[in-house]
Amino acid sequence: MKIKPLQIIAHIILILGVLLMVVPIWISFASSSHDSVTILTEGMKFHIGDQLARNYNEVLNEKGGWSEEVTAAKMFINSFIMALGIATLKVVISAMSAYALVYYRFKLAVPIFWLIFITLLVPLEVRIFPSYKIVSDLGLTNSYTGLILPLVASATATFFFRQFYKTIPDELLESAKLDGANAWSFFIDFLVPLSKTMIAAMFIFMFVYGYSQYLWPLIMTTAEEYWTVVMGMKIIYTESYEGVALPRTAERFAYIILSMIPPVLVVVFLQKWFIKGLIQTEK
Amino acid sequence: MSFLDLKNVTKIYPNGTKAVHETSLSVDEGEFMVFVGPSGCGKSTLLRMVAGLEDITEGDINLDGKLINEVDPSERDVAMVFQNYALYPHMNVYNNLAYGLKNRGIDKETIEQKVNDAAKLLQISDYLQRKPSMLSGGQRQRVAMGRAIVRNPKIFLFDEPLSNLDAKLRIQMRLEIKKLQQKVGVTSIFVTHDQVEAMTLADRLAVINNGIIEQLGTPIEIYDNPKSLFVAGFIGSPQMNFLDGNIKNKTLSAEGFEIKDIDSDFEGEVKLGIRPEHLSQRENSLINLKVDLVEQLGSDNLVYGQLKDKKDFCYRCPGNLTIEKGTDLSLNIENNKYYIFDKSTGKRVN
Repeated sequence: MKIKPLQIIAHIILILGVLLMVVPIWISFASSSHDSVTILTEGMKFHIGDQLARNYNEVLNEKGGWSEEVTAAKMFINSFIMALGIATLKVVISAMSAYALVYYRFKLAVPIFWLIFITLLVPLEVRIFPSYKIVSDLGLTNSYTGLILPLVASATATFFFRQFYKTIPDELLESAKLDGANAWSFFIDFLVPLSKTMIAAMFIFMFVYGYSQYLWPLIMTTAEEYWTVVMGMKIIYTESYEGVALPRTAERFAYIILSMIPPVLVVVFLQKWFIKGLIQTEK
Repeated sequence: MSFLDLKNVTKIYPNGTKAVHETSLSVDEGEFMVFVGPSGCGKSTLLRMVAGLEDITEGDINLDGKLINEVDPSERDVAMVFQNYALYPHMNVYNNLAYGLKNRGIDKETIEQKVNDAAKLLQISDYLQRKPSMLSGGQRQRVAMGRAIVRNPKIFLFDEPLSNLDAKLRIQMRLEIKKLQQKVGVTSIFVTHDQVEAMTLADRLAVINNGIIEQLGTPIEIYDNPKSLFVAGFIGSPQMNFLDGNIKNKTLSAEGFEIKDIDSDFEGEVKLGIRPEHLSQRENSLINLKVDLVEQLGSDNLVYGQLKDKKDFCYRCPGNLTIEKGTDLSLNIENNKYYIFDKSTGKRVN
C-alpha cells in the first residue's frame, strides 16, 4: 500500500496527541517508583526505579490524618462508593424523570422540564449552604447517604435522556401498547434496552463527576473515615513536616496514579457498550 | 349486530381539526374491509380509533357485541401492522412475536408453539434468531404480520403496511396478505391510499374523503357505479376523464358533442365522466382526440391527447394497436358507459 504524505502528517499529529496524553502519566508512574530523595535531587524520572512496591504499600496502608487512623485505601473505597452511588442514582432518576416528561402528556411537562433545566445554572457550589443546612438537619452529615443524596439530581442527564426518548418512534409505543405493555414494562422492556449506550455514557460521565467531587465531601465530613480521594490529595500535599522530614514526593506520585485507577476501570468496562452503540445506529 | 360496528363516530382533535365526521360502518366477521382515500382524509384516524390509539370524540364502537370506547388498547384484542412495522429493534424475531404473548401471561411452551406455527405460516422460521435490522423489507413485513397473527386477535388492523416496499415486493406481499387473511379468516381492516391495493384486497371498500365515507361497497360495485365525482375520480387507473357539460331536456351537451336521451331528469351544469377503458375507435363518433403521447404498457396502450377545446383526455386501447403521435382518433363510448355528476354537489345524477 502506498502511503500518502497527508497520511503521514495525520499520523504525526495523532502520535503527538497520544504522547501529550500519555507522557505525563508515564512520568508520574515512573517517578512513583523511586526514592523521594532521588526525585528531589535528580528531578522526575522516565525509567522505573526499585522503590515501587514500598511506595505503593506505604501510600495504601499508612495511617494518616489528624486521628492517624484513615488510610488511602479507605479513601479509595469511600470515593468509589460515593461515585458509584451518584452515578447509579443519577442515571436511574434522570431516565425515569425523562420518561415521565416525554411520555406522560400532562400540561406542566414543558414548564417542569425547563425548571429542571434551569438547575444547571445553580450548581452545588452555589447552593452549598442551604444544601448543607438541609443535610445536617436531616442528620446525614458523616454518612454515605449525605455524600450521595444531594448530588443525585441531574439536569444534564435528564436532558439527554429526554432528547433520546423523543427520537423513538411513536409506533413503537403504540405497538407495545397493543401487545399489552403497561407503563412500567414499556420502560423496562423498551426504553432501558434501547438506551443502553446512553446509560453507559451517562454512567461514565457521572461516575467521573462523583469521583472528582471535592467541596461537598470537604464540608459534609468531619469524621475522617468518610474522607475521599480528592480530599486526601490535598492532605498529602499539605502535610506538615515534623522536624527535618523531606516532602514525600514519590508517595505523592503513587497516590496520583492510584487515584486514577477507578475512573479508568469504569471507562474500560463500559466502553464496549459505548462503542457498540456508536456502530449500531438503527433504532 | 355485525362483528365490528361503528356508530356516528366523530373525531375532533384538540386543535379543532375534524378528522372523522359522524361515520357509521359495520364489518362482518371474517370480512376484509379496506379504507381508501387520499392522505389526510381521516382513514388512519378511523383505524386508530378502532385500535384504541386515538380517543373517540363522539359515537360508539362495538367489537364482538361489546362497547369498546373506553377499553384499553391492550384489552381490545386487536392487532395492528404499522406502516413502518414498528418492530422492536432490540429483540430478535422470536421475541418480537412472543412479547405480546408473554404480557398475557401465557406459559412458555404454548408461546413457543404459537410462535413457531406463525413463523412457519409466514416462512420466517429461519430468521427467528435475527434482529429486525438484519432483515430485508419484505421479511420485516412478515415479522410485523407474524406479530399480529400469533396473538390470534379478533381483528387485524393494517395501517398502510405496504407503502415502504418496492413495487414488485408490494404486489407480492399484497397477494400474500390476501391469501393469509383467507387462510386465517380473521376480520381485517386495511388502510391504504393506493386504489389498486384497495381494489385487489377488499371484500368491501370504503372510499373516504374529508372524514366522510363517500361510498361503501364491493370493489366492482364502486368501480361500476361510483356515486360521486370524488369516488369516480379516485377509483380507477388511469383516472376517469371528466368533461364539463350541460343537461337540458334529457340532452347532454358537452364541448363538441351531444348525447341524447340520457337517463336522468337533472337539468343544469354537470360533469360527464368517461373511463379511458370504456372507449373504442369508430368512424364518425362523438369524441375527437388529437394524440399527444402514447404510453405502451405491453398489454395496453395509454393514449393521451387533447379534445377540440384543449381538454386533456386519456384513452386506453389494447396493446396490439399502434397509434402514432399526432393522429386524430374518433372515439365512441362503449355501451353508453358514462357517468354524469351534478357539478355543484358532485352527486351522481344518472
